[in-house]
Parts: sequence; C-alpha cells; structure tokens
Amino acid sequence: MELKTHSKIFCGCSTEFGAPPNTHTCSICLGHPGVLPVLNKQAVDFAMRAAMALNCEIATDTKFDRKNYFYPDNPKAYQISQFDQPIGEHGYIEIEVGGKKKRIGITRLHLEEDAGKLTHTEDGSLVDFNRVGTPLIEIVSEPDMRTPEEAYAYLEKLKAIMQYTGVSDCKMEEGSLRCDANLSLRPYGQDAFGTKTELKNLNSFSYVQKGLEFEQVRQERVLLTGGVIGQETRRFDEATKETILMRVKEGSDDYRYFPEPDLVKLHIDAAWKEKVYAEIPELPDARKERYVNEFGIPAYDAAVLTQTKSIADFFENTIQAGADSKQAGNWLMGEVSAYLNNENKEIEDVPLTSESLAKMIQLIEQGTLSSKLAKKVFKELITTGGDPEKIVKEKGLVQISDEGALKDIIIPLLDANHQSIIDYKNGKDRALGFLVGQVMKLTKGQANPPMVNKIILEEMDKR
Amino acid sequence: MVLFDESYKALQDRLHSKDLSVTELIDEVYKNIKKTDGSIHAFLTLNEEAAREQARALDAKNDQVHEALFGLSVGVKDNIVTKGLKTTAASQLLANFEPLYDATVVERIQDQQGIVIGKLNMDEFAMGSSNENSSFYITRNPWDLNRVPGGSSGGSAAAVASRMVPFSLGSDTGGSIRQPAAFCGVVGMKPTYGRISRSGLIAFASSLDQIGPLTTTVENNAYLLQAMSGVDPHDSTSAAVDVPDFTKALTGDVKGLRIAVPKEYLDDRISEGVGAAVKKALVQLESLGAFVEEVSLPHSKYAVATYYLLASSEASANLARFDGVRYGERMEADNLVDMYKRTRSEGFGVEVKRRIMLGTFMLSSGYHDAYYKKAQKVRTLIKRDFEKIFENFDVIVGPTTHTTAFKIGEKINNPLTMYANDILTIPVNLAGLPAISVPCGLADGLPVGLQIIGKPFDEATVYRTAHAYEQAANFKFAPSLQGVTV
Amino acid sequence: MAEISKEQIKYVAHLARLDFTEEVEAFAKDLEDIIDFAGQLNELDTEDIEETTHVLDMTNVLREDVVQESLDREQALKNAFTQQDGQVKVPKVIGD
Repeated sequence: MELKTHSKIFCGCSTEFGAPPNTHTCSICLGHPGVLPVLNKQAVDFAMRAAMALNCEIATDTKFDRKNYFYPDNPKAYQISQFDQPIGEHGYIEIEVGGKKKRIGITRLHLEEDAGKLTHTEDGSLVDFNRVGTPLIEIVSEPDMRTPEEAYAYLEKLKAIMQYTGVSDCKMEEGSLRCDANLSLRPYGQDAFGTKTELKNLNSFSYVQKGLEFEQVRQERVLLTGGVIGQETRRFDEATKETILMRVKEGSDDYRYFPEPDLVKLHIDAAWKEKVYAEIPELPDARKERYVNEFGIPAYDAAVLTQTKSIADFFENTIQAGADSKQAGNWLMGEVSAYLNNENKEIEDVPLTSESLAKMIQLIEQGTLSSKLAKKVFKELITTGGDPEKIVKEKGLVQISDEGALKDIIIPLLDANHQSIIDYKNGKDRALGFLVGQVMKLTKGQANPPMVNKIILEEMDKR
Repeated sequence: MVLFDESYKALQDRLHSKDLSVTELIDEVYKNIKKTDGSIHAFLTLNEEAAREQARALDAKNDQVHEALFGLSVGVKDNIVTKGLKTTAASQLLANFEPLYDATVVERIQDQQGIVIGKLNMDEFAMGSSNENSSFYITRNPWDLNRVPGGSSGGSAAAVASRMVPFSLGSDTGGSIRQPAAFCGVVGMKPTYGRISRSGLIAFASSLDQIGPLTTTVENNAYLLQAMSGVDPHDSTSAAVDVPDFTKALTGDVKGLRIAVPKEYLDDRISEGVGAAVKKALVQLESLGAFVEEVSLPHSKYAVATYYLLASSEASANLARFDGVRYGERMEADNLVDMYKRTRSEGFGVEVKRRIMLGTFMLSSGYHDAYYKKAQKVRTLIKRDFEKIFENFDVIVGPTTHTTAFKIGEKINNPLTMYANDILTIPVNLAGLPAISVPCGLADGLPVGLQIIGKPFDEATVYRTAHAYEQAANFKFAPSLQGVTV
Repeated sequence: MAEISKEQIKYVAHLARLDFTEEVEAFAKDLEDIIDFAGQLNELDTEDIEETTHVLDMTNVLREDVVQESLDREQALKNAFTQQDGQVKVPKVIGD
C-alpha cells in the first residue's frame, strides 16, 4: 500500500501520481554513485498509524534492511525494506461474512520503498523511475481465511480502515494498493497446512476472489486425482479467470538480507507512540456505532454507509446541511451508489454536493418536489451539479399541491370523461388510474399524486 | 616558485594581501602538474577550465571577505563525486561518468572558496593497498618511481608528496588514507566515523568509509578537516556533534599525555627500519613529557578476517547498482541478464570482482549467520578492546605499516598477503576511531609513518600529539623527485 | 580446509550478475583461503555478544515531509545508454 506522503521515503522528490515519466527523480532515487537515503518522518508516522489501526504491537526498536536483487526497476539493486524487526506485528481486523463475524490476524506490517515501473515492449523494456522511493507498507495476514469470500471481505475492510486512517488512497487502479494471494488445501482433519501457491496479477478485489475460486478448484482437482501441489507462483488471467503457472519456486529467493548501514535505527518511545495514536481519525467500526446511536439508522445501513470514508463523510455532511438521516441514507445507498457504480466513479468525482443533496431532500419533505420528479432533479445534480431550488424552478418541476389549482384541471377533465366516471362507479378501478394519469400528463408530472387521487375521488363522489 | 612547503597561513596571507593573485597561483599549480605528473601519474582528470574560472572570479572580488579556504588548491580522490567533472572511481565501468551533484565535502570546500584542481587516481572502487588496482594506470611513489604509493588513496598521497597540491582528499575504509600517507611521507588523517559527511563518496563499505585530508603538515591537515567537518542532513550517519577548532589544539604541549603502545602492533612482523623509526618517535614523545606504556589489544589478530568479511559483504551490495541500466558503460546483449553480466564482468577489475564474489558468498543463505553475523559480533569485541584502553590512556601509538613502500608488482598476485598488510590500520575502522599517520623518519631512504589513534571525536588530541611530535622532530624532508622528467 | 564446488561458484556468480569465466572460477581458491582464514573467528565465543551494525550510538535521524525539486528529465536520463519515450530502455527480460 502506498503511503500518502508528499515526498518520497528517502529523498525529497514528489510522490504525485500521473506525472510524465522520469520527471520526479533525483540522484538519490536513481541510485547514483555516492547517494545516501534520509528517512521521511511522515512515512514512519503513517506506518505506525496504519499498524495501530490494525491493532498491531508497535516495535520499540526497529530498523531497515537491504533486500538484494537485480531488476531494472530497482536502481540500487537492493530495496531498503524491513526484515526481522518490522514496525508492527501481531495485529487483527474483524470482518463480517454472511452475518457472521470473524477475526483475521495480521502477522506483520513493515515499511519499505517502492520500485519503478517497467513496461515490456517487443524489443526490450522501458523503465519509468518516478515511482521509485514511494513509501510502501506491506501488510501480511495470518492464514486465517477459509473462503475466497472471506478474502474479499478482508480486503474491503482493510481498504476502508486504511482510507479512514488517511494514510493511503488505496486505489488499486492507481496502484496505491496491490495484492498477492496465497492458497493451500488440506484434507479434513489434518492440522498442518498443505503446500501453498502464490497468485499474482490480481488487479481488483473481485479478481482476487475469482482467482482464489479458480485456484481452489484447480488444487482440489490435482489433489483428488493423486497429484501433488508444487510451490508455484501463478498469474491470474483476467480474460479466462484462470491461474497460469509463472514459475516454480525452488527454495526461497536468496535476498541476502543484512541491516542497512546508511540508516540508523529507530527507537520509538511511549511519547512518540502516544502522539501518533492521538492522530488516528475515527475508524469505521466506531463510526458505524455512532451512526446507529446518533442518527438512529439501522445497523445494516450504518455498515453500508461506512464502507468507504468518502461516502461516510458525505453522509454526515448531508445531515449537517439539514437533511433527515434516514432519507440521506436511502439516497446514498440507492440512487447515488447506483450511479457511481454504473459510471465507475467515486463520490469525489461527481458535482453532487452534500449541500445540494440535503436541499433536494428538504424540498421533497416540504412537498415542493414529488419523489418521482426528484429523480430528474437528482440526475441533473449528479451529472452537471447546481442548486436544486433553481433547477426545480427552471424546469418547472414544482409540484402542484394547491387544491384550487388542481381542481381547475380535474373538474374540466371529469367533465370530458363521463364514461370513466361511470366505469369507476361500476367497479373498474383502472379507470381511476387512467384519470390520474391524464392529470399527470396535463401537468407534466408536476401534480402531487396523492392529492390528485384524493380530489378526483371527492369530485366523482359529487357527481 | 615554491608554493607548498609554506603553511597554508603563509600562502593565504599572500593571497589575501593580493601579493599573489589566485590566478598566478593556479597557473603555477597547473604548470607544476604538467611537469611532474608525467612521471607520477597521480591525476586522472584535471579541472583546469573551471579552476581558472574560479580563480578569475576570486581575483575580481574587491571586498575583504575571504572564506577559510580562499584560493587554496585541493586534489580530490576520484571516488568523491564532482558535479559535471568526470568521476570514475578508477573503474572502466564509470570511465565517462559525469555526476549530477557535488559531494558535500566538495560543496563545503567550494563554499569556502577552495579550488578543486583535479581528480586523483586510486585503486578501483577503493579496493586495494597499492594503487595497482586502478583500471587506468599505476601511480608512482614520488620517493622511488618503481615503488607503489600505497592505496587506495595512492594518487592523493603522491600528489601532495610531490608538491603538486598542498591539500588532497582521500578516503579510508581499512587504512586507505593512512597507509599511502605513510608510504609517501605525508600527513593523512582518517577522522572519527561520522565526523565528515559520506554524501557523495562512492560507497565501498558504508559502515567503515570516511573521507579525510592528506597534507604535508599537521597544521594544514587540521585546517582542512575543520573546514569540512560537521553534521550533514544528506548523511543520516553523520554525527550531530560540535566541531571544535582543531587548529587551536596545536599547542605543542604533550606533558602528561598517556600513550598506549599495543604489543600486537610492534611485533616481529614489523621491519627493522620501521621499528627503529617508530621507537625513536616514542622516545621523542617521552622527552616532551608524555608517558608511554605497553598494552594489549587481544582481539587484534581477528581484525583482518572480520574486516574482509564485513567490508566485502557491504561492498557486494554497494556495487550492485553498477548494472549499466541508468549510467555507466553498458555492454549490449539481447537479454537483460546477459547485459548485466557482460557489463559488470567487462567493467570491473579482478580485485573488485573477487571481493564482490566473497561478499555475495558471505551473505548468501546458509553462510550468513556463520560468517557475516559472526564478524559483526567480533567487531563488537574489537571495539571493546579500544574502549578498555581509552579508560586509562589518551592515545594509542604505533607504526602505520609493517614495511616501507614495496615495489610495483611485488605483492599483487597474492590477495591474502595484500590483505594482511592492513592489519595495523583496519581495527581503527572497525571501531570507528580517528587516526592519523605522520612521517617519523626514513628507512633505507623511504618514509616511515607513525600512527596515532584517538578516542571517538577526539581528533583534537590526535592532532596535538602529532603536531608536538612533528615540531620536535623537525623533519624537513621531501622526495628529491629524481627521475621525474621536466 | 574449506571446499567450494564449481556449482557454488556458479550460483554465487549468478547472484552477483558476473559472467562465469575462468577468472571467476579461479576465485574458488581465493574464497577457500579466505574462508579458512575467517574460520579463526570461530575460536571466539560470541554467544552473548551483540552485533555492531552501526559504530555510532545514534537513533532517529529523520527529515520533514517536504517536496524538493526533482531533476528535469533530460538530466535524469543524461547518463543512460539508451532511452525511448522518455524512459530508460533495457534489453528484453527473459523468463524470470
């Protein structure tokens, strides 16, 4: 997971995403002769914050190590990482699958630097070093998950917690969150784990789940036909949803770890830990509780609304701006979510604001806007933005709830539709619907439907 | 024009009063280099154009503001990066490399108006004790052109000894400043680890490397160290300790100074001539009021093995970045692994490859604990030996080397023999202590070096001792430069 | 007497990305000598001794999270052997 610091972990280059290749580099992150790393305090604080949010024990003494291997995206031919003294250990998070709660252990969380980006072409590879030196935290889970579904839930929860701590954007599509998965099977009754395979190229949470699902079936088939699972690294293929053998691991890679001589050790005292702990924003589970208690919404709704920090923030801001909490929740869980999913957007990307949503909800409550027409207004707000009141006026969507005004339309209509009145009195309910429909047509949908109903019935009674 | 046997003060007075212009001085320097270096081969690259430019600028200034190194010429070992000026570490792999930044020491020298004259020859990537491992050419000892100047800062020592520059910078990982200083009859100081920034020093063994000055006198040496010392935000291992004025320590007074002489340093491996000169120096110090006592550093004999395991291991990682991808002389190949192998095999010399292989082996799985980790522990024992001595003594004194400069080609074929040569200097790096080599006489016409080791960050006492001795002994010797063609 | 096999030398040479040449193969003898020499360290009992990874007793050297100017691309790629589309080019990565 990439940490959201402004500058890189060991040099002052910017970590901003999307810059043209090789425009955010310097002698240090390019691994030039004679350069030395200098540790970014914010990266350490963020790593600690993340580890605390995952309930880890924070190391009092920690250090960095060199992980040695040759690759074009690795300028020093060693990565500065943490080997035997990671900054966080023995943590856990709670997930919920199928209504059941489960605790997934976190083995360790450590801090390290990112490599560059390699693009393969026909006649070689191209390297962009912008990403080299971006601070990363690597989080390793305990082998506590038992189904691909649990893995998905774990990732969702992990992402939410991390977004809430503010240490990472966790956007897989931007590469700020990357994931490898390991899976093994064992016969029922056996304690020891079977041989595990490692899956790579999992570019979304749903691909993680699908990859694991495929691998589970594949391993099962192999084992049940008397075969043996090799210690393999397999690549997930998005087109076929299969895992394909990349290489067989013969023993472990010889990274020749040794303590980084260019960086002194870190001694994290109680005061430092306290300070970082105090900076942790309210985390998802705590927020969920608060929503149930403070806003009186159901636990299920609270869970959905706190799934991502941005939606949760939007929800609270909408209530702050004057909307009823249940309505705000419904709109966010319903129309807003549907739109964002269809358009593959995040709430930050659309012009809808919590103020405009709140106002729209208020207009509905006041009766100025009918629920049906609200959908039109909403569409406008989420695609082009604007002020709901203005839109309602401009588009002439103000709901007509005035009895007098409605009577002026209904009475002539009834005068022109004697047969419908007769049909209705003879038990044909459909005739009422027809009349209501006509009123709606004449008022371009602006008439207040329940009121229209009421008045038509009253008038028909009179006749 | 005799330029460099004058102390820096005398020279600077003339520059400040404009009795001598910087341009005149620089002209002389380059004239002299062209005359002398044809035989010595100390320089790899000269910085003539930029140096003259700087000289002109300094002469044009009319204010009375003179920074500490105003107009003084400095030669820089070629493993210290200089922006825009070719830096090769004496390796074919970096034969045409121009750094994009200046080492902190170079910045500090230039900020104080010192002038970088050129880059000095060395053993490739600082791996060697004779300068015979340079991939370009061998630097000659000015005292005898058939002998080595020592290494790895051979060029730095030879350039000062032959009076081409008054100041040079070297680097010391296992003795690479002190040993060539001893062989060439000049003063070479390796400061406490962390005293001087390593930013811009092409790393050999990160936990052992330090940059230090080589000069003809102790006073000049203290002056340059002063100008370069101090914590550097670019180097996390540079120490945030005060930098005292080292020149103020040069009082000439060593009355009551407690000198320890380890018996392991004056055993029968020391040649007769060296032994005699060192003993004479100790008598001299006693006559000045110092107390000399024999002590023991029991773990001395393990120092060489410890050093080679640790230094090679760190070096194998430090030199891995030389893969031809982003810079350096790349050898073409149709696939990546072959490109790496060919580039590194062609680019590195034998000694460098040998040490990379050794270090890689030591760190590889299965051997890591037995060798690397073990050596780290023995390092602690060696460090403790010194701490114990320093509880009761101020400095530790002994010879810098076993012998005087050996002949070119004499030792090169046997690595273990070469490595064993460093036994007197290596423990100092392992313990991170400051140590100086000062000339203490001649043996068969070749210089002998006296090594003075001090407590951490106590360069002041080291300099005081060295200076008092130097003044009392009053050697005024320089190589006759016979055989140096005009 | 330490003995290093040809296979071991080959493995280490590959780890270090050096061609396995006669010269490199000859290092086996040097390695064996040095390893024997290093064997003397085993004479010492270091059971309760801590390793010295840093000779100075310093901790917590950190810098503030402030962005500094980067090199412009031309400078960054100045020393590279070949480039393409603003990126450094390297030969094809075969296999792993």
